[in-house]
Amino acid sequence: MNYFLTEEQQMIKELAARIADEKIAPVAIEYDIEGKFPHDIIKYLADSDLCGVYIEEKYGGLGGGVFEMALVVEELSRACGGIALAFAGTGLGTFPIILFGSEEQKQKYLPDIAAGKKLAAFGLTEANAGSDAAGIQTTAVLDGDHYVLNGTKQWITNGGEADVYTVIACTNREKGARGFSAFIVEKGTPGFSFGKKEDKMGIRASSTRELIFENCRIPKENLLAREGMGFIVAMKTLDRTRPGVAAQALGIATGALNAALKYSRERIQFNQPISSFQAVQHMLADMAIQIEAARALVYQTCRHIDSGAKNISKESAMAKVFASDTAMKVTIDAVQILGGYGYMKEYPVEKMMRDAKITQIYEGTNQIQRNVIALELIKELSSK
Amino acid sequence: MNIIVCVKQVPGTNEVKINKETNTIIREGVEAIINPFDEYAIEEGVRIKEKTGGKVTVISMGIPKVADLLKETIAVGVDEAVLLSDRAFAGADTLATSYALSMGIKALGEYDLIICGKQATDGDTAQVGPSLAEKLNIPHTTYVRKIEEIKDGYIRCQRLTDDGYEVIEMPLPAVITVVKEINEPRLPSIKGKLKAKKTEVKILTADDIGADKDRCGLKGSPTQVIKTFVPEHNVVAEMIEGTAEEQAKKLAQKLLSMQFMKAR
Ligand SMILES: Cc1cc2nc3c(=O)[nH]c(=O)nc-3n(C[C@H](O)[C@H](O)[C@H](O)COP(=O)(O)OP(=O)(O)OC[C@H]3O[C@@H](n4cnc5c(N)ncnc54)[C@H](O)[C@@H]3O)c2cc1C
Repeated sequence: MNYFLTEEQQMIKELAARIADEKIAPVAIEYDIEGKFPHDIIKYLADSDLCGVYIEEKYGGLGGGVFEMALVVEELSRACGGIALAFAGTGLGTFPIILFGSEEQKQKYLPDIAAGKKLAAFGLTEANAGSDAAGIQTTAVLDGDHYVLNGTKQWITNGGEADVYTVIACTNREKGARGFSAFIVEKGTPGFSFGKKEDKMGIRASSTRELIFENCRIPKENLLAREGMGFIVAMKTLDRTRPGVAAQALGIATGALNAALKYSRERIQFNQPISSFQAVQHMLADMAIQIEAARALVYQTCRHIDSGAKNISKESAMAKVFASDTAMKVTIDAVQILGGYGYMKEYPVEKMMRDAKITQIYEGTNQIQRNVIALELIKELSSK
Repeated sequence: MNIIVCVKQVPGTNEVKINKETNTIIREGVEAIINPFDEYAIEEGVRIKEKTGGKVTVISMGIPKVADLLKETIAVGVDEAVLLSDRAFAGADTLATSYALSMGIKALGEYDLIICGKQATDGDTAQVGPSLAEKLNIPHTTYVRKIEEIKDGYIRCQRLTDDGYEVIEMPLPAVITVVKEINEPRLPSIKGKLKAKKTEVKILTADDIGADKDRCGLKGSPTQVIKTFVPEHNVVAEMIEGTAEEQAKKLAQKLLSMQFMKAR
């Protein structure tokens, strides 16, 4: 399908595809088994200028938007959804600065992120605040020129590996979610440490850790936007990064279809390739249909967001739900097509099925996304 | 340092097809790529430039379409691309090719180092690099796997051999041909690709470089291809194990039994 990418978008996609095929695919299973963080792959992305595709040119990026970010994530995820997350998680940690950062904050942090010298991470979730993000307990108290942070963030992607963390904390508990604020915390700040690395089902090349703040003093200038804006910072950020999760799902699904299709031509049973059986053919066809539909939705959502549209929560949620449900279904079918071989680590689809699952969970579970979509529908109706 | 890298377009496939009648390579309908060994030459040139300053120029002799491939090299750090393109160059063997390249390089002016891939994956002759050096009357080293030191007027490099390497010093300017062990070619960058898009490849004809047309192309090519085949490597090796003494004993017995020497 021709999606009428611009010449530069095409370049970005092709280069990311090359890195996926030449550099990531050969090592994906090794990184998965060993839970190895892909610093070397980040270097390739950095040298190719891909780390800054969604960052403005004046900060050293390529000046693209959510679409460019998604194109890179999709291609990398074809080879490994976990390795791709080092890039995508950095996007999640960087968007608060892009959207709400002051000129000084942007100049301080964006160039190194665009150059791939620094990774970023985003800390919202806590042990008792997942879907219900308004329940976070981490506090930030102004003390002279500093904010003092206390609390623990849980399951933070790129935790320990990133240098720049955007963190949501309470500055005024009485006000509930209106009393949250967003901060930039640099790795190495005294009082800021990391919990153990989680042992995960999938995306195992990604690092997921706790962020622990114990009387962590950060300069007042590290406040993003204003006090009380934290929840809005988080929600506006997630609206822009969910298409990234969708793209990750899309890439994983595409990788699984490719693997299943190839295998179906090679595997001979009953003296013929299994691709000659209609049952297998229809599975392949359904996988392809769902992937193409997901791609059309994800790409169009990205364009909608990059056009500067105001209300994007519903569209962004739709893209994430549809692509991630597709990825789950497609990877399960891919394992089915490979039969027993599909269940083995020697073939890539086993890992893809494990990797796909997270896309239905993080950046808001698909149940929560459906809540968002339904609420918007009802709101739209009652405002008519 | 001024570095020139010679680049050839080759068919982008492992299965090179041969025209049975002319015994030459079929180039039609096959995707064209830069000779993979030349990618190492380009990378080495760019790395030297990054250390010493100066510029890297790629030069190729070929059909006008080769310009598109040369443009791509800009995206990995090359500064200038030059294509020698003229009907007079068509049908060149290695002798005519190295002549044309030598004239092109002379026309470009001063240079310190010329880098070629060790051979092209289509013809596999490995002749153009050394032949070019002879035409330019400068020294050369083939199969370079590492540059140990390079400075004004001097290069020291490691030349890969069957069972190790030799260290060779040469004055500059000189030609080296490189093997894939020398580096890992970088991927292009987006900014590089955008720059490449805007870059004009300089196209030079036989007249532009003052080449004698009788020494170019088919006219200047004495080579007659009679047959092409992959030579069989008939080396049967047996590794002898044991201590040095045991090995010597077993070797002597072997040689005796094969009647390569006589017992006294
Ligand atoms: C590998 C990994 C990486 C992560 N990375 C990050 C990160 O970088 N930064 C960050 O801040 N967070 C991160 N998270 C956290 C992630 O966003 C949360 O796990 C997610 O939002 C869900 O929260 P929860 O796990 O607490 O589930 P819960 O909220 O406890 O949900 C449990 C179940 O209940 C359902 N449920 C809950 N509430 C409702 C409701 N109102 N209606 C219907 N169903 C509901 C959910 O859909 C789910 O099925 C990460 C998580 C993982 C596993």
